[in-house]
Amino acid sequence: MTTMTIAKAINEGLRATLTNNPRSLLMGEDIGALGGVYRVTDGLIGEFGGDRVVDTPLAESGIIGTAIGLSLRGYQPVCEIQFDGFVFPGFNQITTQLAKMHSRSNGNLTVPVVVRIPYGGGIGSIEHHSESPEALFAHTAGLRIITPSNPHDAYWMIQQAVECQDPVIVFEPKRRYWLKGEVDTENPGASADPFKAHVLREGSDATVVVYGPLVPVALAAAEAAAEDGRSVEVIDLRSISPIDFDTVTASVQKTGRLIVAHEAPTFGGIGGEIAARISERAFHSLEAPVIRVGGFHMPYPVAKVEEDYLPDIDRILEALDRALAY
Amino acid sequence: MGATHLPSTEFDGTDIDDQLEAEAEAQLGAPAEPMVQLLGPDGTLGSDPVFSKYAEKLDPETLRGFYADMSKIRRFDVEATALQRQGQLALWVPLTGQEAAQIGSGRASQPQDYIFPTYREHGVALTRNVDLAELLRQFRGVSNGGWNPKDTNFHLYTLVLAAQTPHAVGYAMGIQRDQRLAAANAVGEAGQSAEPKAAVMVYFGDGASSEGDVHESMVFASSYQAPVVFFCQNNHWAISVPSSVQTRVPLANRAKGYGFPGIRVDGNDVIAVHAVTEWALEQAREGNGPVLIEAFTYRVGAHTTADDPTKYRGSAEEGLWRAKDPLERLEKYLRAEGLADDAFFEQVRADGDELAAYVRKTTHDLETPDIRTAFANTYVEAHPLVAEELAWFEEYSAGFADEEPANADQTDKAAR
Repeated sequence: MTTMTIAKAINEGLRATLTNNPRSLLMGEDIGALGGVYRVTDGLIGEFGGDRVVDTPLAESGIIGTAIGLSLRGYQPVCEIQFDGFVFPGFNQITTQLAKMHSRSNGNLTVPVVVRIPYGGGIGSIEHHSESPEALFAHTAGLRIITPSNPHDAYWMIQQAVECQDPVIVFEPKRRYWLKGEVDTENPGASADPFKAHVLREGSDATVVVYGPLVPVALAAAEAAAEDGRSVEVIDLRSISPIDFDTVTASVQKTGRLIVAHEAPTFGGIGGEIAARISERAFHSLEAPVIRVGGFHMPYPVAKVEEDYLPDIDRILEALDRALAY
Repeated sequence: MGATHLPSTEFDGTDIDDQLEAEAEAQLGAPAEPMVQLLGPDGTLGSDPVFSKYAEKLDPETLRGFYADMSKIRRFDVEATALQRQGQLALWVPLTGQEAAQIGSGRASQPQDYIFPTYREHGVALTRNVDLAELLRQFRGVSNGGWNPKDTNFHLYTLVLAAQTPHAVGYAMGIQRDQRLAAANAVGEAGQSAEPKAAVMVYFGDGASSEGDVHESMVFASSYQAPVVFFCQNNHWAISVPSSVQTRVPLANRAKGYGFPGIRVDGNDVIAVHAVTEWALEQAREGNGPVLIEAFTYRVGAHTTADDPTKYRGSAEEGLWRAKDPLERLEKYLRAEGLADDAFFEQVRADGDELAAYVRKTTHDLETPDIRTAFANTYVEAHPLVAEELAWFEEYSAGFADEEPANADQTDKAAR
């Protein structure tokens, strides 16, 4: 066991990938000498050289598009998109090309490209640097989407993403890059399957499903609720596509109440999908409607008011009150 | 670098009005820019300081092969258009007029090269030995691909304009890495025969040249000196919009801004297209970086079978371009030089009819796929949502098991 931050854990995971998989390479803007704007690729160009850690032109469509070409030649590129809000120039390549290549080739071609996207707010940043666009990608068949919430998961999930033969988008919770935790670099343990949800805290009164940056928030909310005598189960979804509905369903069948929280706007979001599926799967177990906690239907607001936008402990507790009131 | 002795395609910004006027003329069939041409519309072979030596290498059999290929693919085009008109294909994308651009460039490629087409490159597909009946799968609505690119190094058609251009550059970057790895591994193993050097060629049109992906691709290709040839068929019309709306300078000139050679070639001259492409692919394979070729040609027919060119262009223009027909000029040359006789042309026609019959029959026989294959091919690895939806579909379908299968077609149509 080693203690490290999420950023360092991804760095170590990428180092392990580059060491163990000679066909893997990293591509992105400023990922070489600078080590990326968040230093996630710090030091890697020195160890693996410019053919494996590629500073690209400033062009997201070009990054994803050339990564697809490299993967067709048998390489496994890991692309870094600098910020969530800047993925959209590459959105066409991700959704019309990367996601569909295996299907449209009748299974003859595989494009195991990984796209890393730092996402989410709470860092006091300027426009386009705090968004959570995961639902836009989750809606696209052919992609897999995962998001680690702690260093151990971050270390293993980035490597599992590269091993996966499908394209995988890894949403990295940027405001948690400096969150420290224990990493077992020898054994993934319970994190062996990146597409499985984890029950982080058991409870009996309600289930709170979260992922990425809101995991610590939900755990803190559960702790606060416990002081009021309420027993809250917390699930870290880990994978947004596919979603591990079995784990969520089992939990709701036990607790009877479900709250889904994410930073992304609730309308058309992951919470709505979970609410619909759980309503079908666990209708007779539900004591209350599934309640969503998330961003409002507006462009991500300016940093000075983002506290009013982002779900926090109180927003989750308020939802819990509403669920328990039924 | 090699570009310095090439025919100049330099654009002088001071005379833009002259350029535009000339371009307007070009729309009517008179190209304004220096353009590589070896075989003129009258069938006489000219010369070029750089490219004639490539033409001189072509033996009579190869030249006859060019004609046979162009004739075959034109016949195929007629047949596919007919199949669409008869309701056997959902859509067809005709290539008539562009045979020389496609056969000349495709025949210049080598088996180890990898080709990224857009969606009109049926002639290139022929040169890569793609089964043309397989190619119709996509247009019949039974596949989104139809052939396995790994068999022929001819990628699937890409319908999102220019999206394949960065794929081509990435593939070329992969070739570079393979070559560097092979070179590193070969140290101390002198005398070992290496894999033949490979390059990538990517096709797009004058319309697609406006897409950002072309720009980004050229930036990447130039930055990394990737072994890729950008082959732009300027067929003058992006559906209904003339190429003058896509560009105010000859497209070949754009290469200069990226720092690699750009050449405009007479796209209806199969000998010149072959020569220029062979040169460009050599440049790429030898590590001299990318080349842009603009094949100046014309889409004689409609954009697709859903298009009506009479709404946006005059028949006079079409007539001017028909006078530059790529097949006619090669036929004139072959006959004048005594390289082909009536029997040859008869045989070519017969071969075309045979291909058409084969394509017609095979198209009728193409099997409709089962939607279960779509479930199976969405992901490589097992996926719980796909499995759940497939299970639902099986159960749902089983509910109709008792129904008369004879009426299945009618029921299906009625349901829509």
